[in-house]
Amino acid sequence: MLYFALWTKHSGCLLKGGGVFDLRDLYQQVIVDHNKNPRNYGILAEANHHADGHNPLCGDQLHIDILTDDEGKIIDARFEGEGCAISVASASLMTEAMKGKSVAEFETLFDAFQHMVTADLDAMANEEVLGKLTVLAGVKEFPSRIKCAILCWHTSRTALADKKEVAVTE
Amino acid sequence: MRAYRDEFPVLHQQVRGKPLVYLDNAATTQKPQCVIDAVSRYYRHDNANVHRGVHALSERATAQYEAARTTIQQFFNAAHRHEIIFVRGATEGINLVANSWGMSNLRPGDEILLTGMEHHSNIVPWQMLCERTGAVLKVLPIDDDGALCMDALPQLITERTKLLGVVHLSNALGTINPIASLIEKAHAVGAKVLVDGAQSAAHMAIDLQALDVDFFVTSAHKMYGPTGVGILYGKASLLDAMPPYQGGGDMILTVSFEASTYNSLPYKFEAGTPNIAGVIGFAAAVNFLQKIGLVGIAAHEAMLLDHATKQAERFEGLRLIGTAAEKASVLSFVMKGVHPHDLGTIVDAQGVAIRAGHHCAMPVMQRFGLPATARASFALYNNEADIDALFCALDKAQRMFA
Ligand SMILES: Cc1ncc(COP(=O)(O)O)c(C=O)c1O
Ligand SMILES: [Zn+2]
Repeated sequence: MLYFALWTKHSGCLLKGGGVFDLRDLYQQVIVDHNKNPRNYGILAEANHHADGHNPLCGDQLHIDILTDDEGKIIDARFEGEGCAISVASASLMTEAMKGKSVAEFETLFDAFQHMVTADLDAMANEEVLGKLTVLAGVKEFPSRIKCAILCWHTSRTALADKKEVAVTE
Repeated sequence: MRAYRDEFPVLHQQVRGKPLVYLDNAATTQKPQCVIDAVSRYYRHDNANVHRGVHALSERATAQYEAARTTIQQFFNAAHRHEIIFVRGATEGINLVANSWGMSNLRPGDEILLTGMEHHSNIVPWQMLCERTGAVLKVLPIDDDGALCMDALPQLITERTKLLGVVHLSNALGTINPIASLIEKAHAVGAKVLVDGAQSAAHMAIDLQALDVDFFVTSAHKMYGPTGVGILYGKASLLDAMPPYQGGGDMILTVSFEASTYNSLPYKFEAGTPNIAGVIGFAAAVNFLQKIGLVGIAAHEAMLLDHATKQAERFEGLRLIGTAAEKASVLSFVMKGVHPHDLGTIVDAQGVAIRAGHHCAMPVMQRFGLPATARASFALYNNEADIDALFCALDKAQRMFA
């Protein structure tokens, strides 16, 4: 994994000797990158499932469009919205991960992701199922930010269930 | 001011391996040892219910509780001790006025004037009241600096205005509002004024009689006192005419199933066992503030705000939200390319506690077209090194997202 290297450069106010704690666990290069250049960003005109999500704590707001075929396979997914880096990167990574999956496989991913960000600190993430999504494992160190990471997942679930409500994380 | 920092035990700790830099004082302040001691001494030696017992402990508890009322009355220079009503905090104080005074004084078409920088606690109770009475809510807007548009006042404040609700010091912007002149203008059209002093009370001296304000609310926990306690001040003539807010013990003289008679002020508004330890702790906090002196505190915090503002202005990509001429103790800002919540998390990882969010003032966020801001807010125990640590941490955050 690519870690953010700037910690060790620049003088003045650095973590001395690495510090007990550092942020590389959370703001990895991947997250910073997906926040800056979100994948699958925009509207999917031919989508057959849609939902909005809102995290009132952060103000994160998402709209998700999903296109499934007759067998219930996810053909394409896109998102739009505004939010913190965690929420945007999470939506970007999720839309990448869900393409080509069946709705049932999406549910498996959902559960694995939820477990990863909410389980005990020392519980291991299911890397086999989650793949690249494990870059978000660090959010569990910041309980107030878990909602940011998981909002897009709830929003997709709401979309796939064709519910007409705004998804929240509770 | 340096000496007083030592009196706050919570400040002497490491957070995430770094010395704690606490800059979230607008949310709540830390408590000095004297407040912690007052609360603990009460529980260790004097705990009893107030106004009920004939025994020694109850008499001691009652004496301390009522002495606290006098301490607080004098601190704010209220004319009478029975004008000080103990409540859970600013929020409950506003709800009390909206329910009791509002329900008995508002008619359909009457207007309540608020400002564009009110905390949700000084918006929602009035909206609820408007729904119940048919009164109409009006809003005095704020300008690009985060100051009130005083030019718009003459159109908004009219004979229909029954109440003006205004925050003294904005928690989201740091703006100090010209309440003396607002009160004068409101009184000129016969409107009452409620001042939300939740933020101001720990940062500037307040003289309720000189202001001639009708209602004033504040919370102890933002003044170095305990959570869950605060005051509603109201002019005795207004409070006397108002119906009780909640029913229960202490607020009655006699109860029968046919009818009950109500107690006099302030007890009419203090139903049930109050937060006795909280009130005693509140008085200890007020004594602490008085010992240091608000003039010195205000000067120290003005120096801190000035130091922070200068650094913010030099910091490329940082934009201050709230640049009014009259400001105190709050630095609200956004950083280009970094969401305020990410900023909050990144500086927290360096031991610096700030707040990120809408600060319970969503209309202010809408006014500036922002989802949220980051906010550093200062207290008497902060120093320039705290501010330097904040800007170091902000610098790091900016580089992470560069
Ligand atoms: C300006 C202002 N008004 C009211 C409140 C509400 O205070 P409390 O939550 O203590 O009732 C706050 C607290 O954040 C505030 O900053
Ligand atoms: Zn977020």
